[in-house]
Amino acid sequence: MDRLTLATIWLGGCSGCHMSFLDMDEWLIALAERVEVVYSPFADVKTYPDNVHVALIEGAIANDDHLKLIQQARRCTDLLIAFGDCAVTGNVTALRNPLSSVQDILQYVYVEASDIENTPPDEAGIVPPLLDRVVPVHAVVPVDVYLPGCPPPADRIRAVLERLLVGEALQLAGRELIKFG
Amino acid sequence: MTVKTLTIDDKLVSAREQDTILDVARESGIPIPTLCHLDGVKDVGACRLCLVEIASGSPDRPNRLQPACVTKVVEGMVVYTATERLKKYRRMIVELLFSERNHICSVCVANGHCELQDIAITVGMDHVRYEYVSPLCEVDITHGLFGVDQNRCILCTRCVRVCDEIEGAHTWDVAGRGIGARVITDLHQSWGEARSCTSCGKCVLACPTGAIFRQGATVAEMDRDRSRLSVLMTAREKREWIG
Repeated sequence: MDRLTLATIWLGGCSGCHMSFLDMDEWLIALAERVEVVYSPFADVKTYPDNVHVALIEGAIANDDHLKLIQQARRCTDLLIAFGDCAVTGNVTALRNPLSSVQDILQYVYVEASDIENTPPDEAGIVPPLLDRVVPVHAVVPVDVYLPGCPPPADRIRAVLERLLVGEALQLAGRELIKFG
Repeated sequence: MTVKTLTIDDKLVSAREQDTILDVARESGIPIPTLCHLDGVKDVGACRLCLVEIASGSPDRPNRLQPACVTKVVEGMVVYTATERLKKYRRMIVELLFSERNHICSVCVANGHCELQDIAITVGMDHVRYEYVSPLCEVDITHGLFGVDQNRCILCTRCVRVCDEIEGAHTWDVAGRGIGARVITDLHQSWGEARSCTSCGKCVLACPTGAIFRQGATVAEMDRDRSRLSVLMTAREKREWIG
């Protein structure tokens, strides 16, 4: 049997969800026998491949690069899983939304509150411009499964992946699976 | 005292005539989700989570939606507490609460001890379908012991009611309308300047979310024993401290 192709994507988040993925410890070995990781911060792959079965999306949509990658991932993936609170709600990444414009925030962070004299980063083609508003993944592309948590505990990730591997429906419910925070 | 009999979810139950639908449902072990309800203080029907369907008795008229906490029982009433329609509305209500302010569970003092978070699990909220309003909200830490974070407030008015009905100070009230409504202290002064406040901490006990907290509490540390408030009210009603 062909193995399931799995991608994991790191957008506007702290990588904590990916750390929690690694916390699945020895089960990762069992998982590796059943899925092929085709794109991930854990794998040295530069471009998102076609025909991905499942993708775990960590992080909110906060800049131009996130927007392009998530749209490509949606086109090339059967099942998108919003992975963790930033992907599901915006969470900490979206804390800047109530404050003010992107320009004002950059000015504050890189100039006013900075110890060293500095200017906001501005390298066209290298540093992706921030979006006006940070939004959850489902505000941009349709999402198939929501897996909340900050980060989702390793047991929760494992429970969802196990269900997925046996082809069970993935409408998650109950404190163990959908508690935020 | 007259006894009323009624039907809740096809189960025949009897109630005292002054009972609400919520009272009799609780006594009969029928769960109805609530948020603004707090044992020991008056109900106001603010959150609408306890909405139930009351049979209209006629196929031509739709069933009525009424909040169980403020609707008195009526003889022969037929009540449904968990229809698909009600489940849909309850989840909608919770999602709207989450979208209206900035409820960031992961960095909230009440994470893990929050009634809004618990209700979200109960109604099966795995994400919020509505756009987040992301309002800029005030955090007032001018009081020496406590703080109020408007980001987390759901306007249940428990703080207003415990302060008025139990402590008798009425420091808290609500100012503004609709989405601009905010809980305030005294005449919208900062809490530290609100002279009617006795610093009793009942509002801290009553708050269902992380909106009112003890200063010094950090993420997930704001645990509280809400039953202490109903103990106070019961003791007062039964005059347990007198004679």
